[in-house]
Amino acid sequence: MKDAPGTRDYDWWLLAILAAICTLGVIEIYSATHGSALAGMHMKQVRWIVVGAILMFALSRVDYHIILDQAPILYLIGLVALVAVLLVGHTRFGAKRWIPVPVLGEFLQVSELVKLIIIIVLARFFAEVRTDELSLQDLIKAGLIVGLPLGLILKQPDLGTALVLVPMLVVGAFLAGLQWQHAAIFSLAGILLVGSVFYPPVSRHFLKPYQRDRITSFLHPEDDAKGSGYQLLQSKIAVGSGGFWGKGFDNGTQNQLGYIPVRYSDFIMSAWAEEQGFKGVLLALGLYMALLLRLVQNAQRAKDRAGMFLVMGVAAALGFHVLVNVAMVIGAMPVTGIPLPLMSYGGSATLFVFLAIGLVMNVRLRRFVN
Amino acid sequence: MSYWFRNDNRLPQGRLAIASYIIVGMIGLLILGFWKLQVIDSDRYSSMAERNRVRSIPIIAPRGRMLDRDGRVLVDNRPSFSVLLVRDDPTLVDKNLPAVAEGLGISLDDLKEQLTSTKNLAKFQPIIIKPEASEADIAFIESHRSDVPVLEMINVSRRRYLPGGFMSHAVGYVGEVSEQQIEASNGKLRPGDFAGKSGLERQYNELLMGTDGLRRVIVNSVGKEVGPLPTQEAIPGKQIQLSIDFDIQQVAEQSLGPRPGAVVVLDPRTGEVLAMSSHPAPDPNDFAVRISKEEWAQLNDDPLRPLFNRAIQAQLAPGSVFKIVTATAMLEDKVPPENFTAFCPGYATFYGRQFKCWVYGKSSHGVVDLHKAILESCDVFFYNVGMRLGIDRLSYYGSKLGIGHKTGIDLPSEEAGLMPSAEWVERVQHRKWYAGETISVSTGQGAVTTTPLQLARLIGGIAMGGVFKQPHLLKDAPNVGEERFELSEPTVEKITDAMYGVVNQGGTGASLKLAGIELSGKSGTAQVIGYAERARVGKQKRFEDNAWFVGYAPRRNPEIVVAVLVQESGKHGGEAAGPVVRDVIKAYYDKKVKKTEGQFTAESAKPSSGNARAAALITPRAPAIKEDETAVRAPAENRNEQ
Repeated sequence: MKDAPGTRDYDWWLLAILAAICTLGVIEIYSATHGSALAGMHMKQVRWIVVGAILMFALSRVDYHIILDQAPILYLIGLVALVAVLLVGHTRFGAKRWIPVPVLGEFLQVSELVKLIIIIVLARFFAEVRTDELSLQDLIKAGLIVGLPLGLILKQPDLGTALVLVPMLVVGAFLAGLQWQHAAIFSLAGILLVGSVFYPPVSRHFLKPYQRDRITSFLHPEDDAKGSGYQLLQSKIAVGSGGFWGKGFDNGTQNQLGYIPVRYSDFIMSAWAEEQGFKGVLLALGLYMALLLRLVQNAQRAKDRAGMFLVMGVAAALGFHVLVNVAMVIGAMPVTGIPLPLMSYGGSATLFVFLAIGLVMNVRLRRFVN
Repeated sequence: MSYWFRNDNRLPQGRLAIASYIIVGMIGLLILGFWKLQVIDSDRYSSMAERNRVRSIPIIAPRGRMLDRDGRVLVDNRPSFSVLLVRDDPTLVDKNLPAVAEGLGISLDDLKEQLTSTKNLAKFQPIIIKPEASEADIAFIESHRSDVPVLEMINVSRRRYLPGGFMSHAVGYVGEVSEQQIEASNGKLRPGDFAGKSGLERQYNELLMGTDGLRRVIVNSVGKEVGPLPTQEAIPGKQIQLSIDFDIQQVAEQSLGPRPGAVVVLDPRTGEVLAMSSHPAPDPNDFAVRISKEEWAQLNDDPLRPLFNRAIQAQLAPGSVFKIVTATAMLEDKVPPENFTAFCPGYATFYGRQFKCWVYGKSSHGVVDLHKAILESCDVFFYNVGMRLGIDRLSYYGSKLGIGHKTGIDLPSEEAGLMPSAEWVERVQHRKWYAGETISVSTGQGAVTTTPLQLARLIGGIAMGGVFKQPHLLKDAPNVGEERFELSEPTVEKITDAMYGVVNQGGTGASLKLAGIELSGKSGTAQVIGYAERARVGKQKRFEDNAWFVGYAPRRNPEIVVAVLVQESGKHGGEAAGPVVRDVIKAYYDKKVKKTEGQFTAESAKPSSGNARAAALITPRAPAIKEDETAVRAPAENRNEQ
């Protein structure tokens, strides 16, 4: 296996889109935090971006086949880490998600790492499926592969991250030749599950109180002017009051006066939409669309199925993040705590995105290599 | 490396294409969502954002002051602080409520109750939770601005009334607005606002109240002020100048003393009220802030009824003061002729029943004519006159002279009194008029009742020759109502001469004589119960007589008329009420003399601009008598049927 891709082979368009999105994020993080106790956060974000970019290039140099080869070991490492975080993890915001990383002097969110591992493991699994149509056994196996870490993440509890694993499975299975009847059965099951989440007498048995509150306040925001209904309402007020042209950089009242909840992170799109208006939203969502379509293009040009599954796993994860986060900002989905890739402040999340893009680069660099 | 991947390049291009369509569709839907919020509903969310960011704190407009006719301050304001609870953010309120309760010394339940009772109000309006902040409260709020950000203070001015209930019924008092007042105010009043509840405070509330301003500040999501916005200044209420003369009011209050009763002093030439007093009088300073339920109940249940303005609300038998009405009717209608005399042995018998004169058992009046009958208040004479006049005539004159009609004074809750008539008895009691009742009515007993104000207006008007000015408390009020009931000159002369005689020719008010002043008047001692009844229950205080004296000066075209009621005094009108009249009239003349000699130096304030506007608020009084009632002035020959 030769390994000599040139710099020309990097996806410079993809990198440009990433850079643009990161810039929007840093600008808005600055605007949202510079007048508060969190001032300087945008520089921390820049640091994460630099670290992420370095890791991305590093990861792109290692042939993805070698990485895929290590899938079983990575999977084990992931599970062990998840169990470890449950046992000794650091609690923030009511959930055990973080473990200290001595090198960086920061806490790392284990589930972000696990997302990456699951992308790799699923790519390996689906690449090994030799049939054109995905059999039920293989589908169930894939489901179990995802189900185990998903259960562990739910236990933290971190519903948002756990949910991200689902589209990875769905997209992978779809591309591996998911049969329509299986799709029908599983979507029915999915609908039942989602339905039961929204049906309090059933959801009482498996959702945490705060999760049920989020569901209720999403369904009836006016009944819950204090909790997450309040957050959603404030976010909608921010977005709506931005109008077409926006209130201008550093001028959003909802943002600057702190009415938008976690405005530098999960609700950064709300702050952006308030200050930059609909035109700014078009720019941001346009960039995300370009990013995702560019990922699909890279998948189409992958050298083999394994590479395609890898790229599409990344696309599924990022697409799901964008959809759920932005829909939450406009009040179309409940609060789940899923950040917006590269715009929301967050070390682990930023590193995850860059590493994931590193995998995509990896696949692209080797598209002509045999 | 295992060759598990075997260079498998069967890529599902079709399904990958579907994935890209899904991406485009998803982004498209999100953009639609933003379009709805940012373009279609943008205005609505903009106003919500504005309401989030701006907190409005009312600036309470000070109420206008009340001055007496010489510009002396009768009702003033004093500065005070109220504590506001800012309720924009319910989470913040809930979190801080225990700290607020502890810091301000209000019970948590009370706070919660206040919150519940105002939950229908817009959330951005703060509510007043403590109207009178102590020094400790102010210190608490100032030192906890950052950790208890839901409290605000506003500077309010509170009413300061003269102490001891001075003139308190006429002035009235302010209190927190009731829910009905809020509803009736078209959004001008809010809970916790103060408005006039009674008296002049209520009558001229709109004028006195002014318009509250707003201090607007930018607040962040935790309720902390971060910057100012332009302030809407409060417009202070207008000050009003009253016709009340502080000096005369003071004499009236002192002279009446602790006895329950009332004093009304009018200038019959203009209708101006120079003094108005009602005792017992509560101190309105006690309700200038907030009055507890118990205290309020106590005031309301007091048998002496301290909240009752006797000057305009006490409807009592006028007693012998009514004889002036009977005499007027007799002289005007010449029934019986003016030289009519009666013999008074101390009682008279009609329809087989004995009617006593007030001197019964002590002496008798002998032969009395009208002059002597008024001087000595001979009941027997007026029994005879009343018999001859009949109830229709008495009721016609009584009504024309104002009994049974509100005077139209600029005070709320005035009572009308009652002038009974045959028609009234039929309508209300569904029976025929008994002729014996006419005998009682002719001496001001029976069903006839008047207020002190009505009697002052009546006696003053007769002495003015039949010109009745609408009584009012606002100085220099234009369009004051006037009623004319022309009385012939000989009638007025005879009656005023007789009332002069009451004081100056050895009548029932002989002890009131003042050198150099033509003090005239008529006493009245109204029985609360009949003689027979009294004999049965004994001389309990509650059933003692109401003593009246209505005096004026000079004898004709008077400048001042004083009606005094002393309740349950156990003395005759001349003894109990007369001295109050004398004191007031003496004070009036003393002051007048000082004024002409240039010794009176009360600062004279200019009439406030408020009065001109307020004048429009005095509604001229409706004509007292309907046209068809003149028909009652029946031909003389009908009288024998009575």
